[in-house]
Amino acid sequence: MGASSLFEKIWSSHVINELGDGFALLHVDRHILHDLNAMKSLVELRERGYAVRNPELTIATPDHGVSSLPGRDINTNAAGTALLRGYLEETKRAGIRAFDVNEDGQGIVHVIGPELGLTQPGHLIVCGDSHTCTHGGLAALGFGMGRSEVIHVLATQTIYQKKPKQMRINFEGVAGHGVTPKDLILYLIGQIGADGGNGHAVEYAGSAIRAMPVEGRLTICNLSIEFGAKVGMIGPDDVAYQYLAGRQMSPKGADWDRALAYWKSLTTDDGASFDHEVSIDVAKVAPQITWGTSPQQVISVEDAIPDPSSGANAADTTAMREALDYMGLTPGRPIAGTAIDAVFIGSCTNSRLSDLREAAAVARGRKVKEGVQAWVVPGSQQVKQAAEAEGLHGVFRQAGFEWREPGCSMCLAANGDLLARGQRAVSTTNRNFEGRQGPGVRTHLASPAMAAAAAVSGAIVDVRKMMV
Amino acid sequence: MEPFVRLTGVAAPILTGNVNTDVLVRVEAMINVPKGKLGPYCFEVWRYLPDRSDNPDFILNQPAYRNAKILLAGVNFGCGSSREPAVWALWDMGFRCVIAPSFGDIFFNNCFQSGMLPIVLPADVIVSLAEDAKAFGDVAPDFTVDLERQVIIAPSGRQTPFKVDELKRHALLEGLDDIGVTLAIAQRITDFQTADRNARPWVYNV
Ligand code: SF4
Repeated sequence: MGASSLFEKIWSSHVINELGDGFALLHVDRHILHDLNAMKSLVELRERGYAVRNPELTIATPDHGVSSLPGRDINTNAAGTALLRGYLEETKRAGIRAFDVNEDGQGIVHVIGPELGLTQPGHLIVCGDSHTCTHGGLAALGFGMGRSEVIHVLATQTIYQKKPKQMRINFEGVAGHGVTPKDLILYLIGQIGADGGNGHAVEYAGSAIRAMPVEGRLTICNLSIEFGAKVGMIGPDDVAYQYLAGRQMSPKGADWDRALAYWKSLTTDDGASFDHEVSIDVAKVAPQITWGTSPQQVISVEDAIPDPSSGANAADTTAMREALDYMGLTPGRPIAGTAIDAVFIGSCTNSRLSDLREAAAVARGRKVKEGVQAWVVPGSQQVKQAAEAEGLHGVFRQAGFEWREPGCSMCLAANGDLLARGQRAVSTTNRNFEGRQGPGVRTHLASPAMAAAAAVSGAIVDVRKMMV
Repeated sequence: MEPFVRLTGVAAPILTGNVNTDVLVRVEAMINVPKGKLGPYCFEVWRYLPDRSDNPDFILNQPAYRNAKILLAGVNFGCGSSREPAVWALWDMGFRCVIAPSFGDIFFNNCFQSGMLPIVLPADVIVSLAEDAKAFGDVAPDFTVDLERQVIIAPSGRQTPFKVDELKRHALLEGLDDIGVTLAIAQRITDFQTADRNARPWVYNV
């Protein structure tokens, strides 16, 4: 055997059956269900005459459809009540561990996996959600899938996949003050495009990644799908092992020792080959903000709104013009100073404790601009409790932010939390798609610090000018 | 699953790049509208004006393309979320085949699961197919997509070959049910788990 990558090592250890042309039947170590897919998948499984093969390897959490209103229960968002009731009933019937709406442990699927220690290096993790790539931040092979594949996993604990090509992205150097993991990954997407990673499993490497805490790594991996990569991973190291030690579902005792020895064997060998390799000098990256309706339509906050005539080709020019129309922006003007109506801090990209600390550091002692609706939605019950223990909720509330209950909330606007047509928001989420936060709503993606800065300024602003 | 062997119908060009699955079906429809009834919600954000009347500029609202079965698309079609209802919405609108230079990986997989044929062809080839797809008044010409021979036949008779992974092609031609196929080798899954439990006990000690 020659030199192998992290991805190859995990892939090959999960192959049950090779099918030729790169296709394989793979074992699934952990399957996560959420409220949007649990009921319908489990009902269809049953109606087709199948049973859940390994309920003990499956876990479920309500996140997409739950209201984030303080004091919520399953009836708060009436449109989601049937879904949540069905989620609870069907998971119970199938013998699957499922968190209740306000139970400890509840939260966004990609936030709770790592924090519970369910996500571990070498695990093959799937979920009917495209941001399952997030779990790669802890060296798991995680990817999203559609409803049919969810049902297949429930019935067989396996999944068919074609082996993707491999790409390595090296983030080298030290990022400037006010530049976060979110800025690095948005910058990358701007460089290589929303389809730059299609058909690839990505490994992130380089000195900036090694120096990054796990939460930042999760943010980086989370946006892999936004440039088309179904899988994004970071090699395991002491930072990851320290993060996992002592977590609720982490291996214990002798299992921990065996697991640790195994995890250490998973790093990419010197000389492993990649189909593509990209390097980014992170010192050159400024805080990023999207201006359009695709994550690739992103610029530095100090830049001007681009002119469609700068498009790479005719199709790109048309797409840029349509995006500017939708966003209500004028080419050539500086993006900083664009007035906003709302700020959303949350989602599986940026709702962890470190994100809330970064936002709170900007919000502390300031006031949300009059007329701006500003929300903070922690990613999980654990994040919420930890943030409250250090008083972050007080900082936010005093500044005029709403402090809400854990879930996806306004990232997807499937739970009744949405903005009005024409409103402009700075969001810490991952998709600035048309209508994502409500029909006709305009979304600018940015880091938590940039979002907090926008909230107190009432406009898009370079957060570095507010940091001393 | 309905088998896909050969298809004849109108091809509609929407060559914009990065059409995401939120555009193909919004989350409200995906939650509330059952499979089979998603047609009116496909392309919802582009297809209707704010008052819900048809947007006359949207190509699928034009009489010539209302019954299109083939979609000629741009790069990275179906990027974004994993929602399989994005495929069902296209299906319910009458589409059975999408031809694009590249696809979102999850959407691409989802197509095969639902009997929709996704074909990858170079962008310039798709642009020339779009030329052939031009309507005369209210009538657009028919194309044929033959999965058995892996060839697209344009109205002029010009043939464009394409290639689909053999495993997927076979499953589409036969309309195979994945789960049945996998459960036929259930013993191999059991054997894998037994061996793996020894090698990685912590994975199973839950
Ligand atoms: S937070 Fe947003 S992107 Fe993440 S799982 Fe929820 S809806 Fe999807």
